[in-house]
Amino acid sequence: MANSRREFLRKSAALTTGTLAAAGAAQAAPLAVPQTNRQPGHGMEETAYGLPSKFEAHVKRRRSDVLKNRQNLSDWSMTPLQYQPGIITPNGLVYERHHAGTPDIDPATHRIAIHGMVKQPLVFTMDDLHRYPSVSRFHFLECSGNGLTDWLKPASTTVQQTHGLLSGALWTGVPMSTLLEEAGVDPKGTWALLEGADASAHTRSVPMEKMLDDALVVYAMNGEALRPENGYPVRALLPGWEGNISVKWLRRIKVGDQPWHFRSETARYTDPMPNGKWRQFSMVMETKSVITSPSGGQKLKGPGFYEVTGLAWSGTGKIRAVDVSTDGGRNWREAVVEEPVMDKSLTRFKIGWNWDGGPAMLMSRAVDNNGYVQPSVADLQKTRAIVGFVQHHNAIQPWSVNAAGEVRNAINQA
Amino acid sequence: MQSTRLKLLAVSAGVALIALGCASMNGDPMAVHSSAGIPLGKTGPHAVQPLPDKPRFGHAISEADLASWNIDVRTPDGQGLPPGRGSVAQGKKIFEARCVACHGADAKGGAVYGAMVGGIGTMNSNPRVLTPGSMYPYAPILFDYTRRAMPMDGPQTLSNDEVYALSAYLLNLNGLVPADAVMDAQSLPKVQMPNRNAFVVDDRPDAKATRCMTNCK
Repeated sequence: MANSRREFLRKSAALTTGTLAAAGAAQAAPLAVPQTNRQPGHGMEETAYGLPSKFEAHVKRRRSDVLKNRQNLSDWSMTPLQYQPGIITPNGLVYERHHAGTPDIDPATHRIAIHGMVKQPLVFTMDDLHRYPSVSRFHFLECSGNGLTDWLKPASTTVQQTHGLLSGALWTGVPMSTLLEEAGVDPKGTWALLEGADASAHTRSVPMEKMLDDALVVYAMNGEALRPENGYPVRALLPGWEGNISVKWLRRIKVGDQPWHFRSETARYTDPMPNGKWRQFSMVMETKSVITSPSGGQKLKGPGFYEVTGLAWSGTGKIRAVDVSTDGGRNWREAVVEEPVMDKSLTRFKIGWNWDGGPAMLMSRAVDNNGYVQPSVADLQKTRAIVGFVQHHNAIQPWSVNAAGEVRNAINQA
Repeated sequence: MQSTRLKLLAVSAGVALIALGCASMNGDPMAVHSSAGIPLGKTGPHAVQPLPDKPRFGHAISEADLASWNIDVRTPDGQGLPPGRGSVAQGKKIFEARCVACHGADAKGGAVYGAMVGGIGTMNSNPRVLTPGSMYPYAPILFDYTRRAMPMDGPQTLSNDEVYALSAYLLNLNGLVPADAVMDAQSLPKVQMPNRNAFVVDDRPDAKATRCMTNCK
């Protein structure tokens, strides 16, 4: 880390020195005393839930507007990653995907049942859950359909549209293993189903190994109770796996000895493969990165220094390195990967770039601690069939910059 | 499914030697698999707080007392399908009363959702036309999904007979059962779905990108 930090400082310094001397910044206007210095601000309210400044009103989740659904019950909204510094997504901006709307669940009446191949079927209240020793962990959450509109040609404009089914949070809850051990899992119980209390009664099958490994029963995110749209009062969280399997509004866990092959793990969330085949149980979200600034729809304000920054993440471990190219993938430089770097968590990378005012192509490429290198779409196309509703898109995202400084989605130019 | 099962067996035999919970191996980011051969990704972190006196706050309940929640169907063999039966003709009536507004006449697509008929034989074309008929590997998926999630304005309000009837109707529209078919816990799992053998277990990582740094293309 120390080495790359020093290298970054050295490179940035080398890149910027000439520019500042040559171009400099325009002379600043004389300063007047602002009105906010001369009158009191708003008084404090007795009780309040703080909201962002009114000047930040453009920072919002947006319903999918590239692939538009004709109803808003089974729909998704996307996180404005272009405005997110750091690795934590504020709760009001965490992406949403639900299949039959957001239920309003009273925690006093909510129950979680564990049954099936267990010694003793059990029911837990929310009060019960809060009494267990808890754990808090940083993890990303990404929909398997993140990027589904942009494989072979650009359809999206912004990084919110291309990659906004991605959020990072600190999740708090009880290890799934704590509850399962109390119920006593039959040694032959190799799978479990998770089921929601929403109007889709959303259901998935999970290998028992994952349930007993790092799966959590989560009731809080980023220091407060889950938001209704993210599973209040309780959801499953299967770190590093596609968001769909982290069942929200969790009401039931059933242990069995085979997967159930539900609709959401056969007709949906499977990947088209050559020769008419479908890849099933592809739950792990593979190593991926994207530049969030400069990104699609933004405009550079003339030649000079820019910090190229973005997010990297991996369902298979930690981010080891992120490389950035500004010439369309011909040459790459290793970016600074900012601490903390955690398993299955969003990771922030940054690198200085001196734009010369000519056409450029920005790309990032993540490498994980296993040595896996983030592929291009062309790399993925060697083994997968890119037809229709394609899932698990972890390819490199190129952004083109033209001489006017306009940044555009260039997914077809990698 | 035969091929998938064989593959499952082969994969689980292959990974049986890998102790679960060990760190991923160098150069093999997906070395950790479940006993069924499902890639698990990186394992851990695990609970670190020691629990010498394990708290137990769960309340015992009998399977009978949670029967109203126990609605899942194991779709390959139909385990969990309830008693009841329904015909194609009955299903048509229910469809026209409860489903047609979103799915359209004869399930050919409506105001909100696309077609639920056709697409069989399109899995080698682009796009693949995905309907319950062309995509579902097992017919009981129709029953499980319809009972838990449909109709959208009133899920879990249909009787089991009605759900069997809707399953029969949709299968008939897709040419998979005759017009006089009656679906129940015995007949539904026996319907042969065209996509039954199309699924293969996750075999990623499938991409082999290299980390070239200079003059890469």
